[in-house]
Amino acid sequence: MDQIRPYRSFVSYIDRSRDYYAAQGYDKPYAWPHYDHVPFTPLRKPLSECRVGLVTTTGLPKPVDPMEAIMYRREIYARPAIPPPASLYTDDLFWDKKATHTKDVDSFLPVNRLAEYAQKGYIGSASPRFYGVPTDYSQPRTIELYGPQILKWCREDGLDAVILLAL
Amino acid sequence: MSLVARHLEENGLATVIMGCARDIVEECGVARFVFTDFPLGNPCGKPWDAGMQYAIVGIALDLLERAWMPRTTIQTPYQWHNDEWRAAFMKVDATNREALAREGEKRREFQAKVKKS
Repeated sequence: MDQIRPYRSFVSYIDRSRDYYAAQGYDKPYAWPHYDHVPFTPLRKPLSECRVGLVTTTGLPKPVDPMEAIMYRREIYARPAIPPPASLYTDDLFWDKKATHTKDVDSFLPVNRLAEYAQKGYIGSASPRFYGVPTDYSQPRTIELYGPQILKWCREDGLDAVILLAL
Repeated sequence: MSLVARHLEENGLATVIMGCARDIVEECGVARFVFTDFPLGNPCGKPWDAGMQYAIVGIALDLLERAWMPRTTIQTPYQWHNDEWRAAFMKVDATNREALAREGEKRREFQAKVKKS
């Protein structure tokens, strides 16, 4: 035993964000999804034969042109994994901007690390594309639009398994 | 993100989520989850630490193959170099309560203006 603590160690973001927004005067807290039933698909082949893809909540880089930057909207996207993205847009997302940074894409979307596993034959191959899905306040939009679109792209690219990266 | 993973699982694709917000993912309920107890922002390991990132991605790949039932969470063995971020993130206490209330008020005024225009 390293220590004893009168509280749980990992941060509860549900509790923390509810109290934070309540302090800002937002009385109706965000309601997070909860399910009793959880779907499960076993991997159907050995990893060494599987094609694996990556999904991120981060966005495409914001245009440098100020007028285009104003028009920038988060959207669902698929982009080539080669060459790997040098940067992705994270400023509008919920993450700890004081404690860390997102300048190294592989720290939140491991395109290069996955390619290394493919090169070594640990997985069959990495998907030729990676996929981006906006974190949306609207759960119906995520369920009815984003889920089916990501599934469609995964099928087009012949994926057997998917790693989803929550920033 | 958890909702998208659930949709893929329902349609026959194996998934694993990598993240740092344990309560949000587990509350939703997903097939496989690799949790790293870091501040939000680097679910695959510290920036510029390719060795750690490679190890964490390896844990996710192994979990894809070896999990036999849903809600399987694996916590990676890595720690952030300090613990200050835990209390500091979205902190609410006597020192900032008034400032937060003002910020909220300001934002609502701005949003009301935008709505009118």
